[in-house]
Amino acid sequence: MSNLIILPIIFPFIIGAVLVFFAKKSRAQRIISGVSVLAMVGLSAYLAVMAYQQDTVILEAGDWAAPYGITLVLDNLAALMLLITSILGASCLFFAFGTISKQRERYYFYPFYFFLLVGVNGSFLTGDIFNLFVFFEVMLLSSYVLIVNGGTKYQLRESFKYVILNIFGSALFVMAVAWIYSITGTLNFAHLSERVAQLEQPGILTVVGVMFFIVFAAKGALFPLYFWLPRAYFGPPAALAALFGGLLTKVGIYAIIRMFTLIFYHEPMFTHKGLIVTVAGFTMLFGVLGAVSQFDFKRILSYHIISQVGYMVMGLGIFTPLAVAGAIYYIVHHMFVKTALFLLAGATEKITGTTNIKEMGGLIKSHPVLTWSFFIAAISLAGIPPLSGFFSKFPIILGGFQEGQWVISGVALLVGLLTLISMMKIFGYVFWGENKLTDRQYNTSVTNLLIPIAPLVAFSVILGLAAEPIFTYSLHIAEQILEPSNYVDAVLKE
Amino acid sequence: MEILMSVVIGILFAVAVYLMFSRNIIRVLIGTLLLSHSVHLILFTMAGLQRGAPPLLFLEAEAYADPLPQALILTAIVINFGITAFVSVLVYRTYQEHKTVDLYDLRGEKDE
Repeated sequence: MSNLIILPIIFPFIIGAVLVFFAKKSRAQRIISGVSVLAMVGLSAYLAVMAYQQDTVILEAGDWAAPYGITLVLDNLAALMLLITSILGASCLFFAFGTISKQRERYYFYPFYFFLLVGVNGSFLTGDIFNLFVFFEVMLLSSYVLIVNGGTKYQLRESFKYVILNIFGSALFVMAVAWIYSITGTLNFAHLSERVAQLEQPGILTVVGVMFFIVFAAKGALFPLYFWLPRAYFGPPAALAALFGGLLTKVGIYAIIRMFTLIFYHEPMFTHKGLIVTVAGFTMLFGVLGAVSQFDFKRILSYHIISQVGYMVMGLGIFTPLAVAGAIYYIVHHMFVKTALFLLAGATEKITGTTNIKEMGGLIKSHPVLTWSFFIAAISLAGIPPLSGFFSKFPIILGGFQEGQWVISGVALLVGLLTLISMMKIFGYVFWGENKLTDRQYNTSVTNLLIPIAPLVAFSVILGLAAEPIFTYSLHIAEQILEPSNYVDAVLKE
Repeated sequence: MEILMSVVIGILFAVAVYLMFSRNIIRVLIGTLLLSHSVHLILFTMAGLQRGAPPLLFLEAEAYADPLPQALILTAIVINFGITAFVSVLVYRTYQEHKTVDLYDLRGEKDE
């Protein structure tokens, strides 16, 4: 029991509300948001240590004992996600300082940035399913505002589709909540886990589970509900595309992992090894094929999000401690590397004024630091040892082979190869080749933009070189979440 | 009563989906409104339609009603209210910029 764990929700909320009053004062907004986002990194690091020492920390709001009150639960997985969220939030915010236009700044960019973090942090911390819905809505509504912020023709057109799809998803979410409440009579995760275990998950609960899977699959951009992602993420400025690309889909994946390790884990042959693995395979394959076919920097990266989300749910679908640990490791790796790549795409766009890779070339001479940062992030994404991509894919695929899931493991290996091809395509077009830059572009300095990216690239290297302790930590998390009694006992205190 | 409600919800849902499939973005907006109404009714009905006193300590009654679904619906309605307000503005701005409400014209460039 610790009151601290409500801070990741309350703190950005207050800051966001304060920032509304400074909406027209760019300097004040930057100072307030910059300081508070760094404070959030410190806070979440502290919480991660606390969660590691005490395993599961809970907070019962207003002292109403679970399952009656609102419970916040901080276990290791949630703490890890909070930590990464705040680091990404800080990087993208500092990147935004250098790239965002005055007009976007004036129209509540920063307040909604913080409200988005409220929703994301809340989704990680909440201990009941209805609050998960509420925080999802907080996150989505902020993301609607941010994705359309700037109001260009393209943004308005594509955000409408994004919004409608998500409204439909949310409607299904409420419906699934209603169903599960009518069957089990509770909404608390721990209590649900207990009651579903008592009922031994009859068919109707599996149906509800699959309903939840569909809802989160739409948010997490899984096959066949991924089509909105590349178009929606193309519109907003690079800092936001990076934050969305690194963060938003992973909230959906986090919810899937929670649901299918804590509540609906009694029918693994159908839900995990059947449904999730199949969906993961198609997601990976179609995502990467989309990436190979594109010639736009941001779109290639967006399609890669889809294919990599597939790896994460594949790890969950194989459902052994090794594979789930790999999936968690992969989420960490992906969030850092993907955000770094999107930010690098933003820096490149700032230099060249375009995102079409065919119109670029020869940046290796004019901007060597940018080039090599991209190179590290790109080969890390493709899974070349000794970088983090390799050590996170390895346990997932190994787990697949151990469980006799030959097809999905083969697909995963093939997708890794195609990822490498499309990354090399970007590298070849943008950084190698003839110099297509004008003199002014050649001398454009992006050093101030590289500073927020540097920690992310460094993390990618560290995650690879220090694979042993980080993998042990992932395995620790995986063992914790694969044993639902840990969670249930901590919340219900039995 | 639950059966009747299910039929009502089904009709609402069907109408909502029909409207969301149309080409006019204002009809799509109305579709999302009806969709949320039907979903709130599901939330209401699934807990069972009951008669009873409010579950307060000092009230002596034969039966008590479950307050949770009502709290949930209230929250869901508030959220939906915010989203509807946002989408209405979004639709209006889209119309201002694109000078059309036809989704067929809003599908994007041909070579995408």
